[in-house]
Amino acid sequence: MNTWVVVTLFLFLIIILLVGLYMSKFTKKPADFLQEYFLGSRQLGGFILAMSMVATYGSASSFLSGPGTAYNVGLGWVLLASIQVVTGYFTLMVLGKKFAIVARKMKAVTMIDFLKTRYHNKWVAIFAAVSIVIFLFASMAAQWVGGGRLIQSITGLPYISALFIFTLAALIFVVVGGFRALAMTDMIQGTIMFAGTLILLIGTIIAGGGIPHIIHQMRAADPGLITPYGPHHQLSSAYVSSFWILVGVGVIGLPQITIRAMSYKNSKSLHRAIIIGTIVVGVIMLGMHLTGAFARAVIPGVKVGDEVMPLLAMKVLPPWLAGIVLAAPMAAIISTVDALLLLVSSSIIKDIILNYIKPNMQQPTVRRWSHWVTAIIGVIVFIMAIHPPNLLIWLNLFAFGGLESAFIWPILFGLYWRKGNAYGALASMITGVVLYVVIQSFMEWGWISEPLGVNPVVLPVVFSFIVFVSVSIMTDRKIDKEQLLRQNRWLS
Amino acid sequence: MYHQNKIRDPRFRIAHREAWIGVGLALFNFIWWYSFAYGLGSKPISEYHYIFGLPAWFFYSCVVGFIVVTLLVIVCVKFTFKDFPLDDGEEERDDLS
Repeated sequence: MNTWVVVTLFLFLIIILLVGLYMSKFTKKPADFLQEYFLGSRQLGGFILAMSMVATYGSASSFLSGPGTAYNVGLGWVLLASIQVVTGYFTLMVLGKKFAIVARKMKAVTMIDFLKTRYHNKWVAIFAAVSIVIFLFASMAAQWVGGGRLIQSITGLPYISALFIFTLAALIFVVVGGFRALAMTDMIQGTIMFAGTLILLIGTIIAGGGIPHIIHQMRAADPGLITPYGPHHQLSSAYVSSFWILVGVGVIGLPQITIRAMSYKNSKSLHRAIIIGTIVVGVIMLGMHLTGAFARAVIPGVKVGDEVMPLLAMKVLPPWLAGIVLAAPMAAIISTVDALLLLVSSSIIKDIILNYIKPNMQQPTVRRWSHWVTAIIGVIVFIMAIHPPNLLIWLNLFAFGGLESAFIWPILFGLYWRKGNAYGALASMITGVVLYVVIQSFMEWGWISEPLGVNPVVLPVVFSFIVFVSVSIMTDRKIDKEQLLRQNRWLS
Repeated sequence: MYHQNKIRDPRFRIAHREAWIGVGLALFNFIWWYSFAYGLGSKPISEYHYIFGLPAWFFYSCVVGFIVVTLLVIVCVKFTFKDFPLDDGEEERDDLS
């Protein structure tokens, strides 16, 4: 690989580390350590909030495997990726101010704080915390492996050294600085992702001799590439539309996204974040996947999907610029990993230890524990990433859809439906997770194909909706309403 | 039952309206996206039109769709979203209940 690419990439990693460490000195001041460490004291401004949402949501797949798939199946996959524009505004509008107000009334620091107070039931909280720890730990580890592999492929270092460099860059500042340091580095990473996308798209169009020529080439290679259906008609309209749930509206159920919807400073930050977030996520998702589809005309014959983008960047850009563009997937991986790390650690400290094991812990002890638990999880993930066990890979498959099936209705109904209760929430979470895991596993083992020809997340989301509503109505009489209202005056 | 009483936070009414705007936008977004993509895209390839070199279905569904939705988001936020404090000055209200 080219020296310039390596130099640019390392400069980027060092900058991220320094900014993160610089920001982390702010965590020492505030009175309430938990609010600061896990939520940045609810002080995010609009631009930072938008960038943090985008950087957390955009992962390795947005920059490597997604565009790689677009390379193979053409514009139909870009159509699918463009659904993600909806996440830019939908989450923040729908959770919106209601969630912000209620979370402040409850002094909630995590999504589970919200669920626990709203439903006033410890089993809801425990089930939620355990799902978050298991699913997010697995998906964090998978991204960690991706980060190591990316550094390895760019620098040519052995995998272990690459993984070690990645761990240093990703772990140190988040352990010390918490959410605020993370949000600040997210801002830089989001900006790099945005700029990298535009640079690569323009470079590819120029190298391909203009859009009409590129489309002509794609049509000549396989006419299916310029239809919405793909070369072998593998993308039916029902299948592609079902991704509106997985990568569109269902994103509301992802804890790493919802936590950001309670971290902003005021209405103005929210308004600005909705606009900036929509533009940035749209440009990145549309731009990156379109670039991947166009790459078919510029560098034909690439076998491994994940290699399309690195090869393309080296081919169409000068080396130093390729370095900046290749920093984009690196940025996407680091920001996702760190967001997940902090979330897993908050679930363990706040939702499990402080709630049920040692409720009377003093501030300084909480602080020490938070740093240590975050660091220890990071080290465990590093060790597991050296030889990722099969169980981890298996669990990672479920992370995204599993969490969405579990949390989308408990959050939405918790906020907007007074009659939604703990029995409904618990039944719906269990239904969602179990059904999703069963469908995914059966598909993995080749026992069934996608049910109804749509994405496997659809059925669990529909069923957990039905279960939530019917169980809540059936058990309405069993709920101690006086008690519930004492905790949730805002419900009345 | 949960009785409606007067202490209900007045900010919620605005928050609920804004949430519905989000749902409406997503619905509009889906209909635009779906009808252009599969309305124009299901024609035989020989009948495709091209705009700026892109097939018309893709141009309208993804490129124009993204621009239209972004403009709508900006209009909604600028003109219908209200600016109010999110923190509680709610001690007085609590005493009433």
